[in-house]
Amino acid sequence: MSTSNDPIDTEQAPAIIVTEGPAMPNPREKSLLNAWSLSFLAAVLTLAGLCFYKPDPYWEVMKFVPDGLLVTFQITIISLCFVIPIGLFTGLGKLSRCRPINLLASTYVEIIRGIPLLMQLFYIYYALGSMLKVSPTVAAVAALSICYGAYMGEVFRAGILSVPKGQSEAARSLGFNRFQTMTLVILPQALRTIIPPVGNESIALLKDTSLVSVIAVADVLRRGREYASQTFEYFETYTVIALVYLIITLLLSKVLSMVEGRLSRYEHHR
Amino acid sequence: MSITAENNSGKPVISIRNVWKFFGQLAALKDICLDIMPGEKVVIIGPSGSGKSTCLRTINRLENVDKGTIYVEGQDITSSEHDINAMRQNLGMVFQSFNLFPHMTVLRNLTVAPMKLRGLSRADAEERALLLLKKVGLADKVNVYPNTLSGGQQQRVAIARALAMQPHIMLFDEPTSALDPEMIGEVLDVMVSLAQEGMTMVCVTHEMGFAREVADRVIFMDQGAILEQGSPDQLFNHPKNPRLQQFLNQIL
Repeated sequence: MSTSNDPIDTEQAPAIIVTEGPAMPNPREKSLLNAWSLSFLAAVLTLAGLCFYKPDPYWEVMKFVPDGLLVTFQITIISLCFVIPIGLFTGLGKLSRCRPINLLASTYVEIIRGIPLLMQLFYIYYALGSMLKVSPTVAAVAALSICYGAYMGEVFRAGILSVPKGQSEAARSLGFNRFQTMTLVILPQALRTIIPPVGNESIALLKDTSLVSVIAVADVLRRGREYASQTFEYFETYTVIALVYLIITLLLSKVLSMVEGRLSRYEHHR
Repeated sequence: MSITAENNSGKPVISIRNVWKFFGQLAALKDICLDIMPGEKVVIIGPSGSGKSTCLRTINRLENVDKGTIYVEGQDITSSEHDINAMRQNLGMVFQSFNLFPHMTVLRNLTVAPMKLRGLSRADAEERALLLLKKVGLADKVNVYPNTLSGGQQQRVAIARALAMQPHIMLFDEPTSALDPEMIGEVLDVMVSLAQEGMTMVCVTHEMGFAREVADRVIFMDQGAILEQGSPDQLFNHPKNPRLQQFLNQIL
């Protein structure tokens, strides 16, 4: 860096996060409130209406899918438990000054991001699974964790980079070592910028768990397929499943924006 | 480069020996030699890009030097085996852009380092923090977050944060350059009172009034080299170097 001698400080420039990951809509956007309420209301009313007026197929489907829904949640949450630490270490690895670690993290991200999730799922379950004999659920969690870990690595990297350089300089000048600087000063601040994209990735992860239905994991979509193949009521079944997904993701995005609002409290003191 | 120290008694607390620093092709520091005595107040002046901030930042190794050695309290801090984290605890630093931790209250900004690094109890650290905040005139801002404070207030908290580690030496990197004019005075007042207490201070600044008032020695740098140094009277009233004369004409 240059010898910032000019009166205008160059280090305190506003943080701009540039991610190479998927586009992340800002849940803080005001118009979301309207779009959100409309979609949510429409989804709930449609589902309730269908179940009330035509309980035969619709309510029957609703009774059939809850254990699938449970599996969907389980896989999402267990995967997230791996995704967050993998993402954190990948992000730190990509910023590491140690060349081998940096190379390892970067290569992992490049490889994973270049292969579709469905392909990874097949690879782990069928290709590797033939040798390792993994259960569908384990394969599903492994594939989702490895894939989203790479995406999350980019989110963490961008979040850490968004903290102004002066913050780590101030911490280091007090005598904190690298680890203390990261945990006490950088990560708590990065967390605030990271929360919205992490939430978005989590919702994307929940949606992508629908892919695991192809390797015989009895998630909500798989349960729907089972029901439809017995009754041949494809339209009714998939309408219900789609609405269920929509309601869940809308609810999650609401929770997310509330969490984000709480976390950014110290920004709004002015 | 000759070494002139006002105070010839005792050993220098900071000794910069033939230091070179490059940013790519550009030599930011060219063979800098500088000794600073305990209790001495040194002010470094010079035009933008003269290397004065870089020079200051090499003292606590925020900038690594490419050639030469720097001794702080007798230890070679440029050596790779040196525990710079331990040394930095004795070197307080104040930045142009304050760099307070925005996610911590003012009190926490002042207590986190003494608690984690000096092993102080919370009660002791908070007692020390309150005393320091009183000293910088911000005792009523204990529990607020930094972004509710004005620039001058933030910088005074930043000075208090550095002092909370009870450093032996204070480094100031253009502490008033990012401030609105009406806030410069309050920060300089704190620095003047610190100087009167006998703190060893190295200060990069454009505040010539401050330099005249507190400096034992003023150093003029340009293009990575020390061109002239001496007492404020010598430098401001009888400058010898033509570049210094030109610089003073432009700013005074």
